[in-house]
Formats: sequence, structure tokens, C-alpha cells
Amino acid sequence: MAGIGGAETPAKKWGWGVLNTVVVIYALIPVLWIVSLSFKSSKTLSDGNFIPREWSLENYQNIFSTSEFTRALINSIGIAVIATAIAVVFGTMAAYAIARLEFPGKNLLVGVSLLIAMFPQVSLVSPLFEIERSLGLFDTWPGLILPYITFALPLAIYTLSAFFREIPWELEKAAKMDGATPGQAFRRVIAPLAAPGVFTTAILVFIFCWNDFLFAISLTSTEQSRTVPVALSFFTGSSQFEDPAGSIAAAAVVITIPIILFVLFFQRRIVAGLTSGAVKG
Amino acid sequence: MSQTATEDTATTGATPASVAPKKKVALSEGKKAERRLGWLLCAPAAITMIAVTGWPILYSLLLSMQRFDLKFPDRTEWIWFDNYVTVLSSPYWWNAVWVTVLLTVVTVAVELVLGMSLALIMHRALVGRGIVRTTTLIPYGIVTVVAAFSWRFAWTPGTGYLAEALGGDPVLTEKIPALMVVGLAEIWKTTPFMALLLMAGLALVPDDLLKAAAMDGANGWQRFIRITVPIMKPAILVALLFRTLDAFRIFDNLFVLTAGSQGTSSVSMLTYNNLIKGLNLGIGSTMSVLIFIMVAIIAFVFIKLFGTAAPGSDDGGKR
Repeated sequence: MAGIGGAETPAKKWGWGVLNTVVVIYALIPVLWIVSLSFKSSKTLSDGNFIPREWSLENYQNIFSTSEFTRALINSIGIAVIATAIAVVFGTMAAYAIARLEFPGKNLLVGVSLLIAMFPQVSLVSPLFEIERSLGLFDTWPGLILPYITFALPLAIYTLSAFFREIPWELEKAAKMDGATPGQAFRRVIAPLAAPGVFTTAILVFIFCWNDFLFAISLTSTEQSRTVPVALSFFTGSSQFEDPAGSIAAAAVVITIPIILFVLFFQRRIVAGLTSGAVKG
Repeated sequence: MSQTATEDTATTGATPASVAPKKKVALSEGKKAERRLGWLLCAPAAITMIAVTGWPILYSLLLSMQRFDLKFPDRTEWIWFDNYVTVLSSPYWWNAVWVTVLLTVVTVAVELVLGMSLALIMHRALVGRGIVRTTTLIPYGIVTVVAAFSWRFAWTPGTGYLAEALGGDPVLTEKIPALMVVGLAEIWKTTPFMALLLMAGLALVPDDLLKAAAMDGANGWQRFIRITVPIMKPAILVALLFRTLDAFRIFDNLFVLTAGSQGTSSVSMLTYNNLIKGLNLGIGSTMSVLIFIMVAIIAFVFIKLFGTAAPGSDDGGKR
């Protein structure tokens, strides 16, 4: 509780420095460890050293030479991007209506999305498994995209309606008074104001889809639609004597890169998005 | 809020002739247009959510009352509640329930303490606030399976730095140590999320109040317990609810770290094993329904605690 009744003495700065270091180490150790594993050569892979004794790129060469990983990467990207796009469009429409319009059934929709946010996903796995098998959706992209959209929608609706409530909508009217058409008012005034919220939501939804494991492992069975987290758990190494740890580590690093980039560039937005949607008053 | 919204649709909606002066007359027409627009805009989201959850939930109720094993599809028949009897009298199920409850309670409690400390650090840090916030987002964003593999390799004898440092015991092959590792992995991954939610609550605590209390001689701990915690209570409850329900469905970490061996299955893990590995749809669906009921009870208890502060209550946003 520094800052209350105390000056910023050098000692306090040091104290904060130490605390910050502890936090940073806490957050980064498992990440650095998997990065380190991924760069170990096969000889030094199981030496138990935190830092590689021998750096090599062979693990990366291995995974990118098999379709097991590259196909999964394409599936992961495709499924996450499509699900994110649809969820954000649907979520934007619904959130706009919730934030700005009065209509019966509004609270019901908010309630339903809250229910889905709390829903135990495993409860859906058994029926979806059977339904998707009979509809021919099992082990296809749409078979995963549909549940992703469904579980991303509550997140999208909450985050976006919180953002939309903060937009000064009077500006739209002002623009129209100044002679702008509704189209112009939307394009020039409202869209730029709403864009950051939509963008933030897209990042959060993408992270959610990218992260999913339960649906991906239950509703797929072949390379055709397996995503990277699932493919990782099936890596066995190219021969039965080879430890797959190196390949798993390398693949893990590859799918962690987009997340690290998002976090580095959009830290402020992600924090705002996460907290605005989840905590109200 | 509703006032401005109504005016806007009256002008942008289907009746462009009725501008501000004639607002009262156009109200009913405008209201109708507004309703239609509202329903239209919500339809895609509502239909998707209900189609993908509503019908499957009913369907799993139906499945749970049948003997339905994909290995023996000919023997499918209605057996009503026999599956529930089977599951509820199975020691594996109750073991999974206790493991799940234990993991949930312990991890959420630790996360609350750690998350609160982290939130205070992020909220009050004099230096390096940006770095701390950025790095704590990494555990939140990272794919759970990736983090789980990092922990698994860390504890694998021979390969892992932690296993080597602690004498090379295969901790993941014994129940209690394995569960501790799973809990650790879970705490590492989700504490930042807890901290962010709590930080949003901390931002609501007025600095003046804390300063005034400090002047009156309250020490840091007293200020925290008497002022900060009561003001941010809604934020704490929301964070606890989200994390409890999330922890209750623990699957990814367990799958990678132990795959449910040595009696470390959670309810989700057990359901998955019966369904996908065992291809027993009847038993799998029964477990699905039971998990659903348990989650509903947890949510109900929390919402009772919340009162009106539930995140679903539409009060027009934060003030």
C-alpha cells in the first residue's frame, strides 16, 4: 500500500523493483523452460538443465517437415479466425442492441449468455459428439467452429456492450445535424469510436478459440480438423526410441508466439476488455 | 439511457418524417421499429447459442436414460435411471467428485490470495507497472496445454529442471504429489486473470478515503480490511464465481499431466474417458447431466450471495 502517506523514497523504489522481479520471474519461468527445451539438441534434451547446453534448431525442422504439425497449424488458424470473425459480428450486433435499444427479451438474452458463460463445457461434449456424428459434422471445421462461436458469444456480448455503453452516441446526432448522412455518420464518427472495442473483443475471442482443448480433442479424430493443442498431445516422436519432448516443445513455442505478440502490443486493451466485460460496478 | 435511445431510433428508423417536435406521436411507431431492430440484431447470437446448447442438453438427458454403448449399438434400450444408479454408486465417480472439489477449493483459495497480492502490486506499483501487467498477461493468454506440457517436462525425471532439483522422484505417478503439481499448474495459469478482475475492483476504491483513514491512524492492514475489501466485494465475488466454475471444469491440465491415472481424474476427465475412450454414450451423458446439475448449484449459491450485484443484472453499466 505504498503511495498512501509516504514519499517515493529510493528504498521504496527498490522494494517495488524486487516485487516486480518476483512477479516477472513467476510469470515467465514455465515459458522460458519450454522455449529452452525446444532449442535443445536431441543429445542434450534430457539433461535436466534449465538452459540448453547445445543450441539447435532440429526440433523446429522436425515439426515443420511433418504434416501432423503443419496441417494442425492450418486447422488451428483457420478455425480460430473463422470462429472469431463470426462471433465478433454476431456479438457486435447483439451488444449494440443491448446497449442502445429497448426491447422485450433483452434481459433474457443477457441471462442466457451469462448461463452459457458458466456452462460446464464437458456437459455438451457427449450430446454434441452424437449429434455431430449423425449430421456429418464430426471431425470437420464447422463441427468445432459452432461450439467455439457459442462459448465465445457471451464473452463478446459482455465486452462489447460494456464498450458500447461508453461511446458518446450524441456525436452521431451532431454529425447528422451538420449534414452527414446516416451512412457517413456511422462511417466517420461511430465506427472509429467502436473499432477499439471490437478489436479488443476479437483478440479475447481469438485467445479463447486458440486455447480450447476439450472440444478439439472430443470432436475430432483425424488430421483433417485436429488443432495444434490436440496434435501436441498425440506427438509420439518419429521413432519409438525418440523422446517427443523436443517436438512438443517446439510446436508449443510456435503456437505461443501469436499470444505473446498480442500481449506485447495490446496489453492495455486486453486488460480493459477483460475487466470491463466481467466486472460491473 | 432509454430516452436517448428512443429518440435516435425515431429519427433513424422507418419514419424519417417524424423529427424531434413530433416525438410523442411517433413514439409508438418508433418503439415498434426499435423492438424489431433489437430482435433482428440479437437473433443470430441467440439462435446460435440456443441451438448449440439448448437442444444438446435435452438430448443428453434422453441419452442418459438409455443403455447406449457405441461398441454394442444393438443393445441400445431405455433403462430410465439405471445409468444414474450405476454412476452414483461408482467409487470412481465419487473419487472424481472429491478430486474436483478439492482442486477447485484449494486452487481458488490460493488464487484469491495470490491474485489479490498481484492486483495490489499492479495497482500500486511505483515503477515498472507496464512490465508487470504485460508479463502477467502471458500466463492468461498462453495455451493451457502448452503450459501443462511445460510443467510435465519440468517434473519428468531426467528431463526436468524441477525433478532434478528435487531428487528425481517421479512425482506425477503418485496421487497426492501429482494433484499438487496439477494444482500448481492451474494456479500459475489463472492467477493473473483473478488479479485483473480484482484490479478492476481496486480501481473503484477512492484514494481520498484511504488517505483519510491513514490520517486517522489506520495502518495498512486495517485500511485494506475495513475499506478496500468491503468496497470491492462485488468484484471479489464475481472473480470467485468465474474462477470457481472454471476450476470445476478442469480438464486440460489433468489430461496432459496425469491423464487421470492413479485416481487423479476430475469429473470432466472421467466423462471424457467414458465417452471418447469408452464410447459409452449413456454413461457419458449421465455424467454430463450430473456435472451440469452441480455447476447449476454452485452458480445458484453464488448468485444468492451476490444479490443484485450479479453480472447478469442489467443496470445500465458502471457508474
